[in-house]
Amino acid sequence: MNLDLGDALQTFFAESRSLLQDMEEGLLRLESAPDDAEAINAVFRAAHTIKGSSGLFGLDDIVAFTHKAENVLDRVRNNELALSEDLIGLFLGCRDHIERLVDITAGAAEMDADTRQQGEALASQLSQYMGESAAMLPVEMKDAVQCLGGEQMAGDAWHISLRFGRGVLKDGMDPLSFIRYLGTLGEIVHLTTLDDALPAAEGMDPESSYLGFEIRLRSNADKARIEGVFEFVRDDCQLYILPPGSRVADYVNLIEALPENSTRLGEILVACGAVTQRELDASLAIQESGSTQESVQPLGEILVERQVVQPELVGAALTKQKEARNRQAQEARFVRVHADKLDSLINLVGELVIAGAGVGLMAARNKDGAMLESVSGMARLVEDIRDGAMRLRMVEIGETFNRFRRVVRDVSKEIGKDIDLVIGGAETELDKTVVDKIGDPLTHLVRNAMDHGIESAEVRLSRGKPAKGTLQLNAYHESGGIVIEVLDDGGGLNRERILAKARDKGLIQAGDNLADRDVWNLIFEPGFSTAEQVSNLSGRGVGMDVVRRNIEALRGTVEIDSHEGVGSTFRIRLPLTLAIIDGFLMRVADSHYVVPLDMVLECVELSTCGDRNEGCDYLNLRGEVLPLLRVKDHFKLKGRSGRRENVVVVTSAGRKAGLVVDELKGEFQAVIKPLGTLFERIRGISGSTILGSGEVALVLDVPALQDEAARAGSSCATA
Amino acid sequence: MELSSEHHENRLCLHAVGEMTIYDAAELKPALLEALGQSDEIEINLSGISELDTSGVQLLMLLKREAVAAGKKLTLSGHSPAVLDVFELLGLGCWFGDPQVLPTSATERRAA
Repeated sequence: MNLDLGDALQTFFAESRSLLQDMEEGLLRLESAPDDAEAINAVFRAAHTIKGSSGLFGLDDIVAFTHKAENVLDRVRNNELALSEDLIGLFLGCRDHIERLVDITAGAAEMDADTRQQGEALASQLSQYMGESAAMLPVEMKDAVQCLGGEQMAGDAWHISLRFGRGVLKDGMDPLSFIRYLGTLGEIVHLTTLDDALPAAEGMDPESSYLGFEIRLRSNADKARIEGVFEFVRDDCQLYILPPGSRVADYVNLIEALPENSTRLGEILVACGAVTQRELDASLAIQESGSTQESVQPLGEILVERQVVQPELVGAALTKQKEARNRQAQEARFVRVHADKLDSLINLVGELVIAGAGVGLMAARNKDGAMLESVSGMARLVEDIRDGAMRLRMVEIGETFNRFRRVVRDVSKEIGKDIDLVIGGAETELDKTVVDKIGDPLTHLVRNAMDHGIESAEVRLSRGKPAKGTLQLNAYHESGGIVIEVLDDGGGLNRERILAKARDKGLIQAGDNLADRDVWNLIFEPGFSTAEQVSNLSGRGVGMDVVRRNIEALRGTVEIDSHEGVGSTFRIRLPLTLAIIDGFLMRVADSHYVVPLDMVLECVELSTCGDRNEGCDYLNLRGEVLPLLRVKDHFKLKGRSGRRENVVVVTSAGRKAGLVVDELKGEFQAVIKPLGTLFERIRGISGSTILGSGEVALVLDVPALQDEAARAGSSCATA
Repeated sequence: MELSSEHHENRLCLHAVGEMTIYDAAELKPALLEALGQSDEIEINLSGISELDTSGVQLLMLLKREAVAAGKKLTLSGHSPAVLDVFELLGLGCWFGDPQVLPTSATERRAA
């Protein structure tokens, strides 16, 4: 079918993907709590809505397939079918297939034989679960009849009166597709098309819709589902649904409520088989005699009367309206913005910060008091704008974490281990660009932990642990950065094996005595793999060295904490943002350096009489040994020194170190610019920034410098 | 949507090809009404219709009603599968009262 619905279709794709996401979450939740009625409903609703919208667009493939899945889901929802692990697996497969079908429609993928075959395989699996569906039919019918009283009609079909609003066609919806879709709920026994509203030739707008329909539908669906078919035009059409076995009086009321001439409608209803001529005549007579005594019963009252007859319909309609309103209110709170626009905004704010610093510098130089005052006011505003702009890009990490539920489920099935995923700190926010890039390394760490970290059930039991392994994903904020942890309660890293392997590879010497921390870090070396057994999980093309490289590219670090038999923790530390930070500016010789302000603990003056050995310094900071790093020596700078030297105490990853600098310049908003590829390999510097004067300041990579300081300190201590 | 016409003595034959949908409805209405004004007997061949939606159905119904009101004769012929599908769904075969030739193979008709 050739569709050109542009925007509406795009909305459908976006909506379907988010619904499929809901569906996956619901299914995974059901796996741990199969009785969670809310989750079953969520999954069902998602499938139902996808079916409904794709029906509107005439995407028959999706409708047909989703319909089958929905039928089985419906049985689960009605407690006719117990939710087994296999069934959840099947639904997940169906979800993936629907996703694929949506992708195909969106043009993102091609329909191939595999997909078709898979669809058929899934459909046949689904049909096994529908085995006794025929037996269920009478029960549903009884329900429908029970809630009605009075004289009942012999007809066993739903009666649906439908008058579409004039604007439906212009809104891009074709009444025909609703009727086609209605046909998927059951069998349309009879349909009469009414042209009464069609005006004469001159007055007819070819793009308005005028037709009305009287439909007899034989179906097991309940009223809410039939009503759901017309959900998208609910506000723009007149819809009356009479259940099977409604009383003649209901039909008479219906005739009253509809716009057409009642005699004609009566004829149509008779033609439909809804009522017989005799019944109709009798009822109309009663109605007429009634109306001569009182005034004609107004439409509203008729409706109320009908509502009394069908309270369940009113209830359903009200809930639906409320849901729709909630959804609208929620949608209204969000604005979709193209990421590029945000990026350019952030860039501009960065330039604004630099320009602002320049103005501030000029004012200070000219010693213009009034000017300084206005500059400081402006600086505060610029800071607020910066924070606001940065916050626009902050997203919760929970969404990324949730993606791993499926990964963990699939991988644990694949390798035959029972593993639970526990997520902590899902609401922790970080920059969108960081979130996008952390997915791959995180996936690798998660797979690694499951494949190599967590032991098989037998081994676990023999070690006195629960058979079920636990994998934990945690996120939290710490000194201006975010920490993401991947924890497993597996066997931990094997120190001896890593050392042996490292010796083989010539990474260390036979006599080297390494701390645990250094041993663990060996696994990040290129070409290093302790896994002697090659499983299809480790062969994903991303080695641990790539993981570390990816993380370092984000100006982050990764460290490992591992205890034999207890488990390992991979801790990734990332800066909150990559663009603008609050920095602390300092001068060493003629150069300026910046460290992130969040890492600065305190500044102390370096007493000239302190212990001082060449190249190896430490300071007694209130009884604590603080390794010192002389920035001037480290970068081999020449030039004037200050009269006094200062120590900036910085902390990162729980370690402290002191940076010896000449002059403290104070707080500074640093717009971080990446260094060119030429400087990529220089350790200790993570970027550059531009000062108000136009000079360049380098951003110090504190963790790397700390390593240096610690190494210098330890070599000094052992010497 | 393309509309071509030819005269056979008193009869005007219209041949409609393409999609008879909302996208063409605004142009199609005057074209069809004009054709109706030209002759007392009109036949519309629908064999080339690849898609028909509500707006197309409405136009055909409008034309039929106008023709009957003016005492003219309007026949629809050569219903394509797309047209048959819609007519069957809406129960319009009798409404127009034209003979319809059902397609030979069931696969040509779309599953409802």
